Amino acid sequence: MPHDHHHEEHEALIIEDEAGNIEAQIIVDALQEVLISKGLLTAHEVTAAIAKLESPGIHLGAKVVAKAWTDPAYKQRLLQDGRAAVQELDIPVTEARIIVVENTPVRHNLITCTLCSCYPRSILGQPPSWYISKAYRARSVREPRRVLAEFGLDLPMEVQLDVHDSNADMRYLVLPEPPTDLASYGSAGLEAMISRDHLIGVARRVG
Amino acid sequence: MTRFCEGDLVRVLALGKAGHVRIPHYVRQRTGEVVGYCGTYLNPEDLAVGITGGKAVDLYRVAFAQPTLWPDEVHAAHDRLIIEIYDPWLAPLSETSNAP
Repeated sequence: MPHDHHHEEHEALIIEDEAGNIEAQIIVDALQEVLISKGLLTAHEVTAAIAKLESPGIHLGAKVVAKAWTDPAYKQRLLQDGRAAVQELDIPVTEARIIVVENTPVRHNLITCTLCSCYPRSILGQPPSWYISKAYRARSVREPRRVLAEFGLDLPMEVQLDVHDSNADMRYLVLPEPPTDLASYGSAGLEAMISRDHLIGVARRVG
Repeated sequence: MTRFCEGDLVRVLALGKAGHVRIPHYVRQRTGEVVGYCGTYLNPEDLAVGITGGKAVDLYRVAFAQPTLWPDEVHAAHDRLIIEIYDPWLAPLSETSNAP
């Protein structure tokens, strides 16, 4: 599948997942209506809760990566104990443990959750809809190289691919390789180049 | 003292438990290598049914060679799948000739 077509594919996946959850959505809507009519909840509180869930955003992950690229001691701490190192940057981490896996010239890492949608939400916010789609969850473990190709990443066979299934209590972040001209960027410039996809591992090259 | 160390070869058991289990079928009865110890965690099989006072269990990261999991797909020989497995689902490879 050519790279410029993958957006359409993802749109289809969203519909598939939403269709599967229509009954749950009806129940949620009805429950919300009842709670609001009884004065137990306001619509504003619901909106605020959704905003809070969606708020952390990619910039928190980009900050961690940019810091690791420019501070070797920090990078060591990050690989040793991801949760503690992320907290050093005043990012409140709600996950029990964060494992940071490092991309190198000979290794690439890809994160998935075949069970549901486990994701380092306190750092990356809510997962993209394709991450929770059944197609990604099934195919990312079974034919990960094909999935990467559909994201526009043709990983050479000599590069080892490690797929991490976050099926239990750990949450994962990929530490991408820095751009070759790392020194020519300030931290804001670096952060702007680091996307959510790099931190999941469906993208590899930064810059 | 944990039952397994990094580098140990282990087999994932097919315990056939009903309910909320976090060990997917694609690794059951497969042989992998312990690559990390994650600490002890409450068993999700207990938590799912409201038991919060159960015994905490050891959790390991286990790596499998992708070609052994999905032989029909295109993988590089060195590609790996790494997943977290709770202790009760693991057996030392040497003791699994009669394991489920």
